[in-house]
Amino acid sequence: MVAVISRRYGLQHIEIAEDIVSETFLQATETWEQKGMPPNPTAWLYTVAKQKTLYHFRRNEIYEKKVMPAIAAKEVTTVENDDFSFSAQQIKDSQLQMLFAICDPSIASEAQIGLALRILCGFGIDEIAEAFLSNKETINKRLFRAKEKLRTENIRMELPPEREIVNRLDNVLHIIYLLFSEGYYSQTQNQILQKDLCVEALRLGLMLTDYNSTNLPKTNALIALMCFHASRFDARQQQDDTVVLYEEQNEALWDQALINQGQHFLALSAQGDEVSSYHLEARIAYWHCIKEDTPEKWEHILQLYNELLMINYSPSVALNRTFALYKANGAKVALVEAEKLKLENNHFYFLLLGELYKDIDTQKASMNWQKAYDLAKTPTEKQGIREKMNSLEK
Amino acid sequence: MKEFMLIFRQPSYDYSQATPEEMQALAKKWGDWAGGIAAQGKLSAPGRRLDFNGKVLKAGGVITDGPFVEIRERLGSFLIVKADSLDEATTLAHGCPALDANGSVEIRPIMG
Repeated sequence: MVAVISRRYGLQHIEIAEDIVSETFLQATETWEQKGMPPNPTAWLYTVAKQKTLYHFRRNEIYEKKVMPAIAAKEVTTVENDDFSFSAQQIKDSQLQMLFAICDPSIASEAQIGLALRILCGFGIDEIAEAFLSNKETINKRLFRAKEKLRTENIRMELPPEREIVNRLDNVLHIIYLLFSEGYYSQTQNQILQKDLCVEALRLGLMLTDYNSTNLPKTNALIALMCFHASRFDARQQQDDTVVLYEEQNEALWDQALINQGQHFLALSAQGDEVSSYHLEARIAYWHCIKEDTPEKWEHILQLYNELLMINYSPSVALNRTFALYKANGAKVALVEAEKLKLENNHFYFLLLGELYKDIDTQKASMNWQKAYDLAKTPTEKQGIREKMNSLEK
Repeated sequence: MKEFMLIFRQPSYDYSQATPEEMQALAKKWGDWAGGIAAQGKLSAPGRRLDFNGKVLKAGGVITDGPFVEIRERLGSFLIVKADSLDEATTLAHGCPALDANGSVEIRPIMG
């Protein structure tokens, strides 16, 4: 709703749009409590929101015309035609435009995610703060600044010109990817919230496939990637909220329907020549959806990581690549490569070194795991490392 | 960190007799070697492979079909790496599959 109203009246009124929407929901709770739920609650909400919007902007128009006639006469900022609706198409178009407006390069990426969650996914400030492991004030400030930017930079709610879309789409995809990762790897213990974040990211991704200019192979690759990861959502969570490592997951809990969806989008992503990092990551995730530990599987994963590193280096990709090298070429080969990485303040690095030394030199394995233990941040991680060290002594 | 170009040369790039398995093994060798450099965060630009069909323009407007007949080794491809010194860049070049094929790696600092 915020997206539709902002599209009609401009992003400078985004806060008014938000107010109107919350007022509508407030009125809904009050009215429905007394009179019962209307036959079509969605339509009711849209009608009330529309009335409120029209009322606000008409009143505003009168105010501006009477109080500031000079401005009103020169600038036709007010809307001449009050006709707008919350039709399905309107909602879809508005959300897409809002997504592109939010992903304007002038807004910091953290704020972009926050805005997307607030305006496009309808998350509360509390939830956003929890997802970011932050507090309400910080999030409020961040969103406020971002909305100021939307206003001062005069960002318009429209799709960028065709040739710009390709450039801007990268940022949009990146934000969706961050949104998904925020849910998937989030530190928050709130599982429902984590899942919601992932589902919303997926929904925004799917929205992009409805439009020719944004339905590109890399869009499909990102969706495939998210489907494959999300398929393991239930398998990686234990009752007590600890994360179950991939190797120990019960594959019966993997969501086969999502894996199939992922394969569908992976096939669509194979059109064209471009190999984006989403393509490579999606294919890596696909191979992880096959539980059998065959040499072929790890060989494929290794080569994909090799390619991924060449276009997109990060320490975690380097570590994952070395793990795949271990699975494909053996511990000795991987050890030589691992020693070169020198990621001395990363506890995953020492975790990996310990794993590689485990069958070669138990003393060195233990030493590395001790370093990992010292560097690990959460009690759950420390406990996991402790268990590894204990298993070594047996 | 400075940038260095690693230039690979091999006496022969004739893989017409190679089986798909051999080609795959070769691709793996190159992939693992370059992946190892990239894993250290020292790859600046992934090299592009060069097609072996080309032309050479010489003084006097003479055009020949390739540079390959007159030099001992063919230029295969290149990679740009990041390193603190020429020595370090040379260390990175170790393990390059071109060496297994009796080829060489030339390491040249990129200026500017």
